[in-house]
Amino acid sequence: MKFGAVTERGAGGDAVPATQAGLLRRLPGLGVRLALLLALVWVLFLARGTPAGPAVSDPGRFVVTLLDGLTFAGLLFVVASGFTLIFGLMRTVNMAHGSLFLLSGFIAIRVQQAMVGKTRNIEAVDVGVLDWVVPLLVGAAAAALLGVVLQQVFLRWNQGQELRQALITLAISVVLADQMLREFGGLALRMVWPREVTHFLTILGQRYATSRLFMLAVAIVVGVALWLWLTRTRMGMVIRAGVDDESMVRALGINITLIFAVTFFVGAFLAGMGGVMGASFAGAATGSDGAWLLNSLVVVIIGGLGSIKGAVAGSLLYGLVIAFSPSYLPSQYTFYSIIFTFVLLALVLAVRPYGLFGRAE
Amino acid sequence: MTTRRLAAPGNAVFVALLGVLAVLPSFTSDYFINFVMTRTLMLGLAAATIVFLSTYGGMISLAQLLLFGVAGFMFGNAALESGARGLNLGWPAWVAILFALAVVTAVALLLGALASRTTGIYFLMLTLVYGVIGFFFFAQVVPVSGPGGVTSIAPPALLGAEVRLYYAGLVLSALVYVGFRAVGTTPFGLALQGIRDDPVRMASLGFNVPLHRMLAFSLAGFVAGIAGLLNVWWNGQIDPASISIGPTLILLIIAVIGGISHFEGAWLGAFVYVAANNYLRALPFVDRIGITEARFNSVIGVLVLLIMVLSPEGLVGIVARVRGWRGRRPTLERPIEPAPSAPVRDAGVGAADQDHASTATFGRSVALDETMEGTDP
Repeated sequence: MKFGAVTERGAGGDAVPATQAGLLRRLPGLGVRLALLLALVWVLFLARGTPAGPAVSDPGRFVVTLLDGLTFAGLLFVVASGFTLIFGLMRTVNMAHGSLFLLSGFIAIRVQQAMVGKTRNIEAVDVGVLDWVVPLLVGAAAAALLGVVLQQVFLRWNQGQELRQALITLAISVVLADQMLREFGGLALRMVWPREVTHFLTILGQRYATSRLFMLAVAIVVGVALWLWLTRTRMGMVIRAGVDDESMVRALGINITLIFAVTFFVGAFLAGMGGVMGASFAGAATGSDGAWLLNSLVVVIIGGLGSIKGAVAGSLLYGLVIAFSPSYLPSQYTFYSIIFTFVLLALVLAVRPYGLFGRAE
Repeated sequence: MTTRRLAAPGNAVFVALLGVLAVLPSFTSDYFINFVMTRTLMLGLAAATIVFLSTYGGMISLAQLLLFGVAGFMFGNAALESGARGLNLGWPAWVAILFALAVVTAVALLLGALASRTTGIYFLMLTLVYGVIGFFFFAQVVPVSGPGGVTSIAPPALLGAEVRLYYAGLVLSALVYVGFRAVGTTPFGLALQGIRDDPVRMASLGFNVPLHRMLAFSLAGFVAGIAGLLNVWWNGQIDPASISIGPTLILLIIAVIGGISHFEGAWLGAFVYVAANNYLRALPFVDRIGITEARFNSVIGVLVLLIMVLSPEGLVGIVARVRGWRGRRPTLERPIEPAPSAPVRDAGVGAADQDHASTATFGRSVALDETMEGTDP
């Protein structure tokens, strides 16, 4: 790129010969490939003294870790796709995404308690499919409605002022977190999976919970539905056109304000769905909002803001890193696994500052 | 610097304010000095680094509290001889101080290098991710801290008495305030402001855009580290919860309350925050409308929401605007404005360039993602 050459010359103080500059530019890419190769060799053959052991000698643990990564990636995708959908069209970074996630989880738990008729010690046998699906829809719809209200009241009139919108949604997330703490208390609550999916499979000698696979299935259904909506319907086409050139869409006489509201509804609905799945998977507690804002941010920073493809890629990479790093680090260093999230981020950003599928504007 | 500029009204106010603050401990209670003013100075110092990056670099950083915390953790680990947790290196205080500041600067350099090719909203998100990863790092890595944090950290003997910590905060705040403003007039600071306004043009003029951003981030990290040292001496302990996402947002909120494009705003915002934190519950009417101390975050959140909705320039911006209404030119700009030739891409930004150059931070098109330096294949 033109400006890249200028910058490199600036860094060196002098003109750098073309081949050397090319090598410099390829260096991060080569580094990433080398790092991937090393990680693969380590996991497959060398990882002795780790909780899981090398994959060739314990394939069961490897497959289970892989499944853990994939199922978690499914949940990540549901949440982050809502985040990236909103940004892609409106350039709004919704910092309250995690709050919508948590609120929906709490509401769904309340609804499930009311439907089952118990407030504590709900067992999987008490829960039918409807006792899970109805709370899911109620919780996600509540999050979606709140999302639309926030968009109409606080974001509609300052469209385009990205940082101001980010700070407004940050303030909203602080208020929501505090009010949820007041309403739902500080203890972790749990949503219960329906009894139909609460079983264990045996995979290569390892027990594996069906509910995690169910979570992955839901995520795939959501992903396919989202893809069909965006590519096969008129509204999806308008949204994609709006991502590329908002003012042109407006000039063609399409009511983009309505499209904005619908997109925000869908984005917040996805956050809410993810919230209910997350509450079933790991429980809902104060602090999950921040953790899931972080998760969404990491996924979209890796994948590229505004790109659904990027959300898939980012979820997979981040999910796998989260699953593999604690299992394949030497046992006494397991607590350093958080560093690998940072390493993943650093590797991606070193090669592509705007994420894998992101575009500089 | 000419006499005329030295005698400018802003400088006179600054010196008078310093004088008042210097004699303040003789007139007010120990509680006020220790729990309101010292905290104000520490948090103001940390928030000033956010203002510095935002004003000169157009980068809103959420990683400053992480760096603030890193300094505290490093000092605690290095200075303690025997404690329940941490490395307990038992080094002399001044070695521990140097070590903490060196680590903070190195971390800031690394994080800055990684973030230096992004701006605007990307930078905000990336630094938020830094902050949260940092929190998890200290919460999980037991040898350095673990969830309980490092406790019973004593300040160096020189700063033993509580009032001395106040004076240390005052002197450092004054130095940083003057220093940050002075940086704006150096070639480095001017280049940084040029990069804020038009990175592509600066790159084509031969300036190394990522390097400037990285160095600015390191300088801000160093100062945040100093604030973090004061904090750990004042607090006597540091735990990961104190750098979690909530406090991270609070520090940004402090900068926003005061006005994110004015250095005065950092300390003003810190004062408003700390005072509200200490005295809100003492107001007679608040518990009747359901605001107790436990709901403090809601109050702060609503306050920030109001400020962002009404006036993104914060309290200092409101003051400047009122002055503007009274027909006087606001005296709050930086000493030297960047050359007015910055390309104007829309009317909002054009207006911003005149009076408060960094209103531009909130405009849509300025400096956001315009960077195209290299490596995109």
